[in-house]
Amino acid sequence: MFVADAMLEIRGLEIRYAGVPAVRGISFEVGRGEVVGLVGPNGAGKSSTLLAIMGMVEPHAGDVLVDGRSLVGSSTEEIVRGGVSLVPEGRRIFPELTVDENLRLGLQGRRSRDGAEEDVEQAAALFPVVREARDRPAGVLSGGQQQHLAIARSLVAQPSVLLLDEPSLGLAPKVVEDVFAALAEIRGRGVTILLVEQRAQFAVGFADRTHVLANGQLRLTLTPADAGDTDKMAAAYFGH
Amino acid sequence: MDALQTIIDAIALGSVYALVAMGIGLVFGVMRLVNFAHGELITFGAYALVLTNHLPLVVGIVVCFATVIGLSLAMEVAYRPLRTSPPTTMLVTTFAVSFLLQAVALLAFGARGQNANVLEKLNTAVSIGDLRVRWVTLVSIAVGAVLLSGTALILRRTDIGLQMRAAAMDFRTAQLLGVRATTVIRFAFVLAGVLAACATVLLVVSRPLVTPGYGFQLVIPALVGVVVGGLDRLTSATLGGFAVGFAASVLGDVLPADGRVFLDTALFLLVIVVLLVRPGGLFTRSRAAWERV
Repeated sequence: MFVADAMLEIRGLEIRYAGVPAVRGISFEVGRGEVVGLVGPNGAGKSSTLLAIMGMVEPHAGDVLVDGRSLVGSSTEEIVRGGVSLVPEGRRIFPELTVDENLRLGLQGRRSRDGAEEDVEQAAALFPVVREARDRPAGVLSGGQQQHLAIARSLVAQPSVLLLDEPSLGLAPKVVEDVFAALAEIRGRGVTILLVEQRAQFAVGFADRTHVLANGQLRLTLTPADAGDTDKMAAAYFGH
Repeated sequence: MDALQTIIDAIALGSVYALVAMGIGLVFGVMRLVNFAHGELITFGAYALVLTNHLPLVVGIVVCFATVIGLSLAMEVAYRPLRTSPPTTMLVTTFAVSFLLQAVALLAFGARGQNANVLEKLNTAVSIGDLRVRWVTLVSIAVGAVLLSGTALILRRTDIGLQMRAAAMDFRTAQLLGVRATTVIRFAFVLAGVLAACATVLLVVSRPLVTPGYGFQLVIPALVGVVVGGLDRLTSATLGGFAVGFAASVLGDVLPADGRVFLDTALFLLVIVVLLVRPGGLFTRSRAAWERV
């Protein structure tokens, strides 16, 4: 599906690991300010797609464009400074650094330090743990609090495109609801979001549209209206 | 009183080894690379002092620092293609660079030692009560304390220090946050170079005879110290370097004169015992190494 004002474009993306295809020529777009979901079973190629966008995996073929500019061949640091930020799977916070230090690391990805303090304040307003536990080691936070910190850390980089890899992984249902409530607020600020999620029902219900990825190929596209359709949700879960 | 004298000397040598160990630990932290060629930074720094013997002291020290930091940066460039290589490839490459540089020193300066007579006055002794302590001992302790605290402050209080600590914990995630890999690695090599240059000046004062293997002889026990202390953390690696320098100095004092040829044997025996008892390192809290073996 192609959108009029595409912020993120994936064109014929192919990824191979030691010659074995992991992603087989997928194409999709995320419009400016849109939320697009990517669901599918383990090994479908979801995380590989995100890593290719971030320049951590070199595509075998195809292109990734942000705001019309190709990212292929750019370093991860350049891509982050170009306005793309990833909240990685498993949070990947630095447990021995304080909450505040984790947040300051997020500032490294900004194009400019102008307005950094305001963005930190905004992130703290959205995720109070950032302020309440600022001097504590991040490793002592609960899983949900660590996820809040990981998202806040990405937000202070001032991204125009935010990628999230399994933000609900390992979290209790109530905490997942909190995380998605925060994502709704981020969406309200006009940030373009690509959401990779195992819990398909959450993704389909939240995103403007959700692509089902299986065996490295896009199989199906779902809309929020499909969140209640059992057959389609089963397809999303199992990647059929 | 003899014991106090021994301890003061041991702290001084331990401080120099700690500077070397911290340099090795800084580079290992951000690259996961054990730089065996770190000793050649000291060798070439020492030869810089030999070559500038006839010039004013300040010029000699500036040339020494420029040589060591320049060589350290050249190593960073040489190792750059290895960043994604397996650890064994990196290790063998640093060995190769070390032997190449030793061969260059041999060709350029010959096998016979050359004297670098720098700051000789620091070899005179000062009386503190009943103790007779050489100035270089006191200066080594002071310089070691200042440099180690200074480096710790840089790592704790500055932006680049924060990036280095993050990169040492999880380089991939640090990059995902926009930390510039090359900047962080280059800064680690510069810091390692500064520490090596300071260690060079201190060493040359007490051991002025410079040979092509000058730094290599020092870096092996320092590396052993890094492993004994615990390679995964800069603090434990530095403490390990200090401990080995301290132990080497104490053993040198307590062994009988005809038994000093066994100093290395005694030192390495101690290391084997330590690693058998604490395989993860003497100063680490992790039991990861236990779980691996």
